[in-house]
Amino acid sequence: MHTITIEVPSVLATALGGNRRLEAHMPPGSSLGNLLDELGEAYPLFARRVRDERGQVRRFVNIFIGPDNIRALQGLDSPLPAGATVMIMQSVAGG
Amino acid sequence: MENQQNTVMAIGTKKGLWLAQSRNRQDWTLSGPYFTTLEVPSVAIDTRGGRTRVFAGVNDWHWGPTVVHSDDLGATWSESEQGAVKFPEDTDTALARVWHIRPDTADRPGVVWAGCEPISVFKSTDDGENFELNRGLWDHPHRSQWGAGFGGAAVHSIVPNAGDPNVLHAAMSTGGVYRTTDGGASWEPKNQGIRVDFDPNPFPEFGQCVHHITADAGDPDRLYAQNHGGVYRTDNAGEEWTSIAEGLPADFGFVFLAHPRTPGTVWTIPLKAAEERNPVGGRLSVYRSTDAGASWEEQHQGLPEPDYNAVLRDAAAVDDHPEQVGVYFGTRGGEVFASPDEGGSFNTVARRLPDVLSVRAAVVVGG
Repeated sequence: MHTITIEVPSVLATALGGNRRLEAHMPPGSSLGNLLDELGEAYPLFARRVRDERGQVRRFVNIFIGPDNIRALQGLDSPLPAGATVMIMQSVAGG
Repeated sequence: MENQQNTVMAIGTKKGLWLAQSRNRQDWTLSGPYFTTLEVPSVAIDTRGGRTRVFAGVNDWHWGPTVVHSDDLGATWSESEQGAVKFPEDTDTALARVWHIRPDTADRPGVVWAGCEPISVFKSTDDGENFELNRGLWDHPHRSQWGAGFGGAAVHSIVPNAGDPNVLHAAMSTGGVYRTTDGGASWEPKNQGIRVDFDPNPFPEFGQCVHHITADAGDPDRLYAQNHGGVYRTDNAGEEWTSIAEGLPADFGFVFLAHPRTPGTVWTIPLKAAEERNPVGGRLSVYRSTDAGASWEEQHQGLPEPDYNAVLRDAAAVDDHPEQVGVYFGTRGGEVFASPDEGGSFNTVARRLPDVLSVRAAVVVGG
Protein backbone atom coordinates (compact mmCIF):
# COMPACT_ATOMS: atom_id res chain seq x y z
CA MET A 1 0.00 0.00 0.00
CA HIS A 2 1.13 3.53 -0.71
CA THR A 3 0.83 6.21 1.88
CA ILE A 4 -0.82 9.37 0.59
CA THR A 5 -1.00 12.59 2.61
CA ILE A 6 -4.07 14.79 2.24
CA GLU A 7 -3.96 18.42 3.29
CA VAL A 8 -7.03 20.68 3.40
CA PRO A 9 -7.70 24.29 4.42
CA SER A 10 -9.12 25.01 7.84
CA VAL A 11 -12.64 25.56 6.46
CA LEU A 12 -12.70 21.94 5.32
CA ALA A 13 -11.20 20.42 8.46
CA THR A 14 -14.55 19.99 10.23
CA ALA A 15 -15.85 17.98 7.30
CA LEU A 16 -12.73 15.82 7.47
CA GLY A 17 -13.17 14.77 11.08
CA GLY A 18 -11.36 17.81 12.41
CA ASN A 19 -8.20 17.04 10.43
CA ARG A 20 -6.27 19.45 8.29
CA ARG A 21 -3.81 16.70 7.47
CA LEU A 22 -4.62 13.05 7.03
CA GLU A 23 -2.81 9.96 5.79
CA ALA A 24 -4.50 7.37 3.60
CA HIS A 25 -3.18 4.03 2.44
CA MET A 26 -4.01 3.24 -1.16
CA PRO A 27 -3.16 0.28 -3.40
CA PRO A 28 -0.49 0.96 -6.04
CA GLY A 29 -2.05 2.32 -9.20
CA SER A 30 -4.78 4.21 -7.40
CA SER A 31 -6.05 7.44 -8.87
CA LEU A 32 -7.12 10.67 -7.23
CA GLY A 33 -10.72 9.64 -7.89
CA ASN A 34 -10.14 6.41 -5.98
CA LEU A 35 -8.76 8.38 -3.06
CA LEU A 36 -11.70 10.81 -3.00
CA ASP A 37 -14.15 7.90 -3.23
CA GLU A 38 -12.54 6.26 -0.22
CA LEU A 39 -12.45 9.46 1.79
CA GLY A 40 -16.08 10.07 0.84
CA GLU A 41 -17.12 6.78 2.45
CA ALA A 42 -15.78 7.94 5.79
CA TYR A 43 -16.48 11.65 5.37
CA PRO A 44 -19.55 12.21 3.16
CA LEU A 45 -19.77 15.89 4.01
CA PHE A 46 -16.16 16.36 2.87
CA ALA A 47 -16.95 14.49 -0.33
CA ARG A 48 -19.74 16.80 -1.37
CA ARG A 49 -17.82 19.90 -0.46
CA VAL A 50 -15.13 18.89 -2.93
CA ARG A 51 -17.26 17.26 -5.64
CA ASP A 52 -20.81 17.78 -6.85
CA GLU A 53 -23.50 15.12 -7.36
CA ARG A 54 -21.97 14.20 -10.70
CA GLY A 55 -18.69 13.44 -9.03
CA GLN A 56 -16.99 16.40 -10.65
CA VAL A 57 -14.56 18.55 -8.72
CA ARG A 58 -16.31 21.85 -7.97
CA ARG A 59 -15.37 24.72 -10.23
CA PHE A 60 -13.62 26.82 -7.61
CA VAL A 61 -11.84 23.97 -5.87
CA ASN A 62 -8.25 23.27 -6.80
CA ILE A 63 -6.53 19.98 -6.11
CA PHE A 64 -2.78 19.55 -6.38
CA ILE A 65 -0.80 16.34 -6.47
CA GLY A 66 2.58 17.54 -5.33
CA PRO A 67 3.10 20.82 -7.19
CA ASP A 68 0.72 20.03 -10.05
CA ASN A 69 -2.91 21.09 -10.42
CA ILE A 70 -4.90 18.05 -11.45
CA ARG A 71 -6.53 20.09 -14.21
CA ALA A 72 -3.10 20.08 -15.86
CA LEU A 73 -2.79 16.34 -15.25
CA GLN A 74 -5.55 13.82 -15.84
CA GLY A 75 -8.14 15.23 -13.51
CA LEU A 76 -9.70 12.61 -11.28
CA ASP A 77 -7.87 9.93 -13.24
CA SER A 78 -4.51 11.36 -12.22
CA PRO A 79 -2.34 8.61 -10.70
CA LEU A 80 -1.10 8.91 -7.13
CA PRO A 81 2.62 8.25 -6.81
CA ALA A 82 3.83 6.57 -3.62
CA GLY A 83 4.28 9.14 -0.89
CA ALA A 84 2.34 11.83 -2.75
CA THR A 85 0.81 14.81 -1.01
CA VAL A 86 -2.65 15.80 -2.21
CA MET A 87 -3.46 19.39 -1.36
CA ILE A 88 -7.05 20.64 -1.68
CA MET A 89 -7.54 24.40 -1.77
CA GLN A 90 -10.18 26.94 -2.66
CA SER A 91 -9.34 28.98 -5.71
CA VAL A 92 -9.11 32.74 -5.75
CA ALA A 93 -12.71 33.62 -6.56
CA GLY A 94 -15.48 35.79 -5.26
CA GLY A 95 -15.83 39.44 -4.36
CA MET B 1 -50.11 38.60 25.19
CA GLU B 2 -47.54 40.56 23.22
CA ASN B 3 -45.04 40.20 26.07
CA GLN B 4 -45.15 36.43 25.84
CA GLN B 5 -44.44 36.43 22.16
CA ASN B 6 -41.16 36.67 20.39
CA THR B 7 -41.06 37.50 16.72
CA VAL B 8 -38.15 36.00 14.88
CA MET B 9 -36.90 37.20 11.52
CA ALA B 10 -34.39 35.45 9.28
CA ILE B 11 -32.50 37.68 6.87
CA GLY B 12 -30.48 36.05 4.11
CA THR B 13 -28.06 38.27 2.24
CA LYS B 14 -25.42 38.14 -0.43
CA LYS B 15 -22.82 37.70 2.29
CA GLY B 16 -24.29 35.89 5.24
CA LEU B 17 -27.37 35.33 7.36
CA TRP B 18 -28.70 37.42 10.24
CA LEU B 19 -31.48 36.71 12.71
CA ALA B 20 -33.54 39.41 14.39
CA GLN B 21 -35.79 39.06 17.41
CA SER B 22 -38.32 41.37 18.98
CA ARG B 23 -40.91 41.26 21.74
CA ASN B 24 -42.92 44.14 20.37
CA ARG B 25 -41.91 44.22 16.68
CA GLN B 26 -40.63 47.75 17.20
CA ASP B 27 -37.30 47.14 18.91
CA TRP B 28 -35.15 44.48 17.32
CA THR B 29 -32.06 42.61 18.42
CA LEU B 30 -29.87 41.46 15.58
CA SER B 31 -27.57 38.43 15.74
CA GLY B 32 -25.08 37.26 13.16
CA PRO B 33 -23.66 37.13 10.68
CA TYR B 34 -23.95 33.39 10.33
CA PHE B 35 -22.20 31.83 7.32
CA THR B 36 -20.18 34.97 6.79
CA THR B 37 -19.35 35.70 3.15
CA LEU B 38 -21.71 33.01 1.90
CA GLU B 39 -24.78 33.76 -0.18
CA VAL B 40 -28.12 32.94 1.48
CA PRO B 41 -30.79 33.16 -1.23
CA SER B 42 -33.48 31.34 0.75
CA VAL B 43 -34.65 31.16 4.34
CA ALA B 44 -37.71 29.71 6.07
CA ILE B 45 -39.05 29.51 9.60
CA ASP B 46 -41.06 26.40 10.40
CA THR B 47 -43.06 26.67 13.62
CA ARG B 48 -45.11 23.53 13.18
CA GLY B 49 -45.14 20.98 15.95
CA GLY B 50 -44.27 23.47 18.66
CA ARG B 51 -40.68 23.79 17.49
CA THR B 52 -38.99 26.68 15.71
CA ARG B 53 -36.75 25.46 12.92
CA VAL B 54 -34.91 28.07 10.88
CA PHE B 55 -33.84 26.90 7.43
CA ALA B 56 -31.26 28.53 5.23
CA GLY B 57 -30.24 27.70 1.71
CA VAL B 58 -26.55 28.53 1.75
CA ASN B 59 -24.45 28.91 -1.34
CA ASP B 60 -20.70 28.60 -1.01
CA TRP B 61 -19.02 29.50 -4.26
CA HIS B 62 -16.11 27.22 -3.40
CA TRP B 63 -17.66 24.30 -1.60
CA GLY B 64 -21.13 24.19 -3.11
CA PRO B 65 -24.75 24.82 -2.13
CA THR B 66 -26.45 23.24 0.84
CA VAL B 67 -29.46 23.51 3.16
CA VAL B 68 -28.88 23.95 6.88
CA HIS B 69 -31.26 24.31 9.79
CA SER B 70 -31.20 25.46 13.38
CA ASP B 71 -33.61 24.48 16.13
CA ASP B 72 -32.11 26.91 18.68
CA LEU B 73 -32.35 30.23 16.86
CA GLY B 74 -28.89 30.12 15.42
CA ALA B 75 -26.90 28.80 18.36
CA THR B 76 -26.12 25.67 16.37
CA TRP B 77 -26.69 24.64 12.77
CA SER B 78 -27.10 21.19 11.25
CA GLU B 79 -27.04 19.78 7.78
CA SER B 80 -27.49 16.37 6.31
CA GLU B 81 -24.06 14.81 5.74
CA GLN B 82 -25.22 13.34 2.47
CA GLY B 83 -26.72 16.66 1.35
CA ALA B 84 -30.34 17.56 2.02
CA VAL B 85 -31.01 18.58 -1.58
CA LYS B 86 -29.14 16.73 -4.29
CA PHE B 87 -29.91 15.51 -7.76
CA PRO B 88 -30.10 11.76 -8.35
CA GLU B 89 -27.15 10.28 -10.22
CA ASP B 90 -29.14 9.47 -13.35
CA THR B 91 -29.95 13.14 -13.94
CA ASP B 92 -26.27 13.97 -14.42
CA THR B 93 -27.07 17.32 -12.84
CA ALA B 94 -25.62 19.24 -9.94
CA LEU B 95 -27.55 21.54 -7.63
CA ALA B 96 -26.64 25.17 -8.30
CA ARG B 97 -28.71 27.05 -5.74
CA VAL B 98 -31.70 26.62 -3.42
CA TRP B 99 -33.93 29.58 -4.24
CA HIS B 100 -36.96 28.90 -2.10
CA ILE B 101 -37.78 26.85 1.01
CA ARG B 102 -41.44 26.41 1.85
CA PRO B 103 -42.82 24.46 4.82
CA ASP B 104 -46.20 22.99 3.91
CA THR B 105 -49.42 23.63 5.84
CA ALA B 106 -49.83 22.86 9.54
CA ASP B 107 -51.85 19.72 8.88
CA ARG B 108 -49.03 18.21 6.78
CA PRO B 109 -46.31 17.84 9.39
CA GLY B 110 -42.82 17.15 8.16
CA VAL B 111 -43.47 18.25 4.61
CA VAL B 112 -41.12 20.95 3.32
CA TRP B 113 -40.64 22.04 -0.29
CA ALA B 114 -37.60 23.46 -2.01
CA GLY B 115 -37.47 25.31 -5.31
CA CYS B 116 -34.07 25.04 -6.93
CA GLU B 117 -31.73 25.89 -9.75
CA PRO B 118 -31.61 24.31 -12.26
CA ILE B 119 -35.41 24.42 -12.54
CA SER B 120 -36.66 21.81 -10.09
CA VAL B 121 -38.93 21.10 -7.15
CA PHE B 122 -37.81 18.97 -4.24
CA LYS B 123 -39.98 17.55 -1.44
CA SER B 124 -39.03 16.55 2.08
CA THR B 125 -41.26 14.47 4.32
CA ASP B 126 -38.86 14.45 7.27
CA ASP B 127 -38.86 18.10 8.35
CA GLY B 128 -36.30 19.13 5.77
CA GLU B 129 -33.58 16.65 6.65
CA ASN B 130 -33.68 15.05 3.20
CA PHE B 131 -35.39 16.14 0.00
CA GLU B 132 -36.39 14.13 -3.04
CA LEU B 133 -36.50 15.43 -6.60
CA ASN B 134 -39.99 15.75 -8.09
CA ARG B 135 -39.67 13.67 -11.23
CA GLY B 136 -42.88 14.88 -12.81
CA LEU B 137 -41.54 18.39 -13.24
CA TRP B 138 -37.97 17.29 -13.89
CA ASP B 139 -39.05 15.08 -16.80
CA HIS B 140 -41.55 17.61 -18.15
CA PRO B 141 -41.57 17.80 -21.97
CA HIS B 142 -41.38 21.60 -21.82
CA ARG B 143 -38.04 21.52 -20.01
CA SER B 144 -35.89 22.14 -23.05
CA GLN B 145 -37.93 25.26 -23.82
CA TRP B 146 -37.71 26.84 -20.38
CA GLY B 147 -35.25 29.68 -20.15
CA ALA B 148 -33.21 31.46 -17.55
CA GLY B 149 -34.04 34.75 -15.95
CA PHE B 150 -31.22 37.13 -15.16
CA GLY B 151 -30.60 35.44 -11.81
CA GLY B 152 -30.64 31.93 -13.20
CA ALA B 153 -33.13 29.24 -14.19
CA ALA B 154 -35.00 28.21 -11.09
CA VAL B 155 -38.27 27.40 -9.41
CA HIS B 156 -38.66 30.33 -7.04
CA SER B 157 -42.23 30.01 -5.77
CA ILE B 158 -44.00 26.93 -4.44
CA VAL B 159 -47.58 27.26 -3.22
CA PRO B 160 -49.16 24.24 -1.54
CA ASN B 161 -52.93 24.10 -1.72
CA ALA B 162 -54.54 24.42 1.70
CA GLY B 163 -57.49 22.27 0.70
CA ASP B 164 -55.89 19.46 -1.26
CA PRO B 165 -52.43 18.00 -0.66
CA ASN B 166 -52.29 16.76 -4.25
CA VAL B 167 -52.52 20.28 -5.66
CA LEU B 168 -49.44 22.45 -5.87
CA HIS B 169 -48.49 25.48 -7.92
CA ALA B 170 -44.89 26.21 -8.80
CA ALA B 171 -43.50 29.21 -10.65
CA MET B 172 -40.25 29.49 -12.52
CA SER B 173 -38.26 32.08 -14.38
CA THR B 174 -38.59 31.69 -17.20
CA GLY B 175 -41.32 29.18 -17.74
CA GLY B 176 -44.27 30.58 -15.88
CA VAL B 177 -46.74 28.95 -13.55
CA TYR B 178 -47.29 25.20 -13.49
CA ARG B 179 -49.86 23.22 -11.53
CA THR B 180 -50.07 19.64 -10.45
CA THR B 181 -53.31 18.05 -9.26
CA ASP B 182 -51.91 14.57 -8.71
CA GLY B 183 -49.29 15.16 -6.09
CA GLY B 184 -46.55 16.08 -8.54
CA ALA B 185 -46.82 13.17 -10.95
CA SER B 186 -47.79 15.52 -13.78
CA TRP B 187 -47.73 19.28 -14.28
CA GLU B 188 -49.58 21.60 -16.63
CA PRO B 189 -48.74 25.20 -17.54
CA LYS B 190 -51.28 27.67 -16.16
CA ASN B 191 -50.46 31.02 -17.70
CA GLN B 192 -53.47 32.02 -19.76
CA GLY B 193 -53.82 35.77 -19.59
CA ILE B 194 -50.29 36.54 -18.44
CA ARG B 195 -48.67 38.73 -21.04
CA VAL B 196 -45.03 38.68 -22.07
CA ASP B 197 -43.20 41.48 -23.82
CA PHE B 198 -40.16 39.52 -24.95
CA ASP B 199 -41.79 37.10 -27.38
CA PRO B 200 -43.61 37.63 -30.68
CA ASN B 201 -46.59 35.86 -29.11
CA PRO B 202 -47.74 38.07 -26.21
CA PHE B 203 -49.76 35.26 -24.60
CA PRO B 204 -47.82 32.01 -24.92
CA GLU B 205 -48.94 28.83 -23.20
CA PHE B 206 -45.78 28.96 -21.09
CA GLY B 207 -42.48 30.80 -20.99
CA GLN B 208 -43.60 33.75 -18.87
CA CYS B 209 -41.11 35.38 -16.55
CA VAL B 210 -43.25 35.28 -13.46
CA HIS B 211 -41.41 36.64 -10.44
CA HIS B 212 -43.52 35.46 -7.55
CA ILE B 213 -46.85 33.79 -6.81
CA THR B 214 -48.84 33.37 -3.63
CA ALA B 215 -52.29 32.19 -2.59
CA ASP B 216 -55.15 34.09 -0.99
CA ALA B 217 -56.04 33.29 2.61
CA GLY B 218 -59.69 32.67 1.85
CA ASP B 219 -59.58 30.54 -1.27
CA PRO B 220 -56.74 28.22 -2.31
CA ASP B 221 -57.83 28.59 -5.94
CA ARG B 222 -57.30 32.35 -5.81
CA LEU B 223 -53.68 33.14 -6.51
CA TYR B 224 -51.70 36.26 -7.27
CA ALA B 225 -48.69 36.72 -9.52
CA GLN B 226 -46.13 39.48 -9.74
CA ASN B 227 -44.85 39.09 -13.24
CA HIS B 228 -41.91 40.63 -15.08
CA GLY B 229 -44.26 43.38 -16.17
CA GLY B 230 -47.79 42.75 -14.95
CA VAL B 231 -49.63 42.00 -11.73
CA TYR B 232 -52.28 39.32 -11.95
CA ARG B 233 -54.91 37.35 -10.07
CA THR B 234 -56.60 34.07 -10.84
CA ASP B 235 -59.80 32.89 -9.20
CA ASN B 236 -59.72 29.43 -10.69
CA ALA B 237 -56.34 27.98 -9.74
CA GLY B 238 -54.55 29.42 -12.74
CA GLU B 239 -57.00 28.57 -15.51
CA GLU B 240 -57.21 32.25 -16.33
CA TRP B 241 -55.34 35.29 -15.01
CA THR B 242 -56.58 38.89 -15.09
CA SER B 243 -54.61 42.06 -14.51
CA ILE B 244 -54.89 43.78 -11.15
CA ALA B 245 -52.18 46.34 -11.89
CA GLU B 246 -54.52 49.33 -12.13
CA GLY B 247 -53.87 51.67 -9.26
CA LEU B 248 -50.22 50.72 -8.87
CA PRO B 249 -47.47 53.17 -9.89
CA ALA B 250 -45.72 50.40 -11.85
CA ASP B 251 -46.46 46.83 -12.81
CA PHE B 252 -42.92 45.54 -12.45
CA GLY B 253 -41.62 44.05 -9.22
CA PHE B 254 -40.48 40.89 -7.55
CA VAL B 255 -42.56 40.25 -4.45
CA PHE B 256 -46.14 39.48 -3.63
CA LEU B 257 -47.48 38.81 -0.14
CA ALA B 258 -50.84 37.56 1.07
CA HIS B 259 -52.36 37.96 4.50
CA PRO B 260 -52.36 34.60 6.29
CA ARG B 261 -55.96 34.95 7.52
CA THR B 262 -57.82 37.82 5.85
CA PRO B 263 -59.13 37.02 2.37
CA GLY B 264 -58.34 39.59 -0.28
CA THR B 265 -55.58 41.38 1.63
CA VAL B 266 -52.29 41.40 -0.24
CA TRP B 267 -49.15 43.51 -0.65
CA THR B 268 -46.71 44.21 -3.45
CA ILE B 269 -43.73 46.52 -3.87
CA PRO B 270 -43.76 48.09 -7.34
CA LEU B 271 -40.53 48.91 -9.11
CA LYS B 272 -40.10 51.04 -12.16
CA ALA B 273 -40.01 49.02 -15.35
CA ALA B 274 -37.60 46.36 -16.34
CA GLU B 275 -34.90 48.77 -17.38
CA GLU B 276 -34.57 50.59 -14.06
CA ARG B 277 -35.79 48.18 -11.40
CA ASN B 278 -35.92 50.58 -8.51
CA PRO B 279 -38.72 52.29 -6.58
CA VAL B 280 -40.67 54.68 -8.77
CA GLY B 281 -39.20 58.15 -8.41
CA GLY B 282 -37.01 56.93 -5.58
CA ARG B 283 -40.06 56.54 -3.35
CA LEU B 284 -39.88 53.14 -1.69
CA SER B 285 -43.42 52.09 -0.82
CA VAL B 286 -45.49 49.04 -0.17
CA TYR B 287 -48.90 48.86 -1.78
CA ARG B 288 -51.73 47.05 -0.05
CA SER B 289 -55.03 45.89 -1.39
CA THR B 290 -57.88 44.71 0.82
CA ASP B 291 -60.12 43.78 -2.10
CA ALA B 292 -58.00 41.24 -3.94
CA GLY B 293 -56.31 43.79 -6.14
CA ALA B 294 -59.35 45.81 -7.22
CA SER B 295 -57.81 48.85 -5.56
CA TRP B 296 -54.51 49.72 -3.92
CA GLU B 297 -53.32 52.02 -1.15
CA GLU B 298 -49.76 53.22 -0.69
CA GLN B 299 -48.01 52.41 2.61
CA HIS B 300 -44.95 54.57 3.11
CA GLN B 301 -44.83 55.73 6.72
CA GLY B 302 -41.40 55.12 8.21
CA LEU B 303 -39.69 54.27 4.94
CA PRO B 304 -36.71 56.32 3.74
CA GLU B 305 -36.85 58.68 0.81
CA PRO B 306 -35.24 58.70 -1.59
CA ASP B 307 -34.32 55.05 -1.90
CA TYR B 308 -33.29 53.52 -5.20
CA ASN B 309 -32.81 49.94 -4.06
CA ALA B 310 -34.89 47.06 -5.35
CA VAL B 311 -36.60 44.46 -3.20
CA LEU B 312 -35.93 40.98 -4.53
CA ARG B 313 -38.40 38.16 -4.91
CA ASP B 314 -37.90 36.28 -1.64
CA ALA B 315 -36.85 39.33 0.39
CA ALA B 316 -40.30 40.07 1.78
CA ALA B 317 -42.60 38.26 4.16
CA VAL B 318 -45.55 38.45 6.51
CA ASP B 319 -45.63 36.91 9.95
CA ASP B 320 -48.52 35.05 11.58
CA HIS B 321 -49.22 37.40 14.47
CA PRO B 322 -52.68 36.60 15.92
CA GLU B 323 -53.74 40.24 16.17
CA GLN B 324 -52.09 42.39 13.52
CA VAL B 325 -49.92 40.73 10.93
CA GLY B 326 -46.39 42.05 10.47
CA VAL B 327 -44.98 42.97 7.07
CA TYR B 328 -41.23 42.71 6.46
CA PHE B 329 -38.83 43.33 3.64
CA GLY B 330 -35.18 43.99 2.89
CA THR B 331 -33.57 45.90 0.06
CA ARG B 332 -30.54 45.46 -2.12
CA GLY B 333 -29.12 48.37 -0.18
CA GLY B 334 -29.00 46.20 2.92
CA GLU B 335 -31.80 47.81 4.89
CA VAL B 336 -34.50 45.74 6.54
CA PHE B 337 -37.88 47.13 7.53
CA ALA B 338 -40.66 45.79 9.73
CA SER B 339 -44.25 46.85 10.13
CA PRO B 340 -46.16 45.62 13.20
CA ASP B 341 -49.48 46.93 11.89
CA GLU B 342 -50.01 45.36 8.49
CA GLY B 343 -47.99 48.00 6.69
CA GLY B 344 -49.44 51.03 8.44
CA SER B 345 -45.99 52.09 9.59
CA PHE B 346 -42.49 50.69 9.25
CA ASN B 347 -39.48 50.69 11.53
CA THR B 348 -35.91 49.91 10.59
CA VAL B 349 -34.55 46.58 11.74
CA ALA B 350 -31.09 46.75 10.15
CA ARG B 351 -28.99 49.07 8.05
CA ARG B 352 -26.03 48.53 5.75
CA LEU B 353 -26.20 44.78 5.56
CA PRO B 354 -25.14 43.17 2.28
CA ASP B 355 -27.84 42.91 -0.43
CA VAL B 356 -30.88 41.30 1.16
CA LEU B 357 -31.97 38.21 -0.76
CA SER B 358 -34.44 36.50 1.55
CA VAL B 359 -36.60 37.43 4.53
CA ARG B 360 -39.01 35.40 6.65
CA ALA B 361 -40.64 36.14 10.01
CA ALA B 362 -42.70 34.18 12.49
CA VAL B 363 -44.20 34.65 15.92
CA VAL B 364 -42.80 32.24 18.46
CA VAL B 365 -44.76 31.90 21.67
CA GLY B 366 -42.46 31.70 24.66
CA GLY B 367 -39.38 32.12 22.52
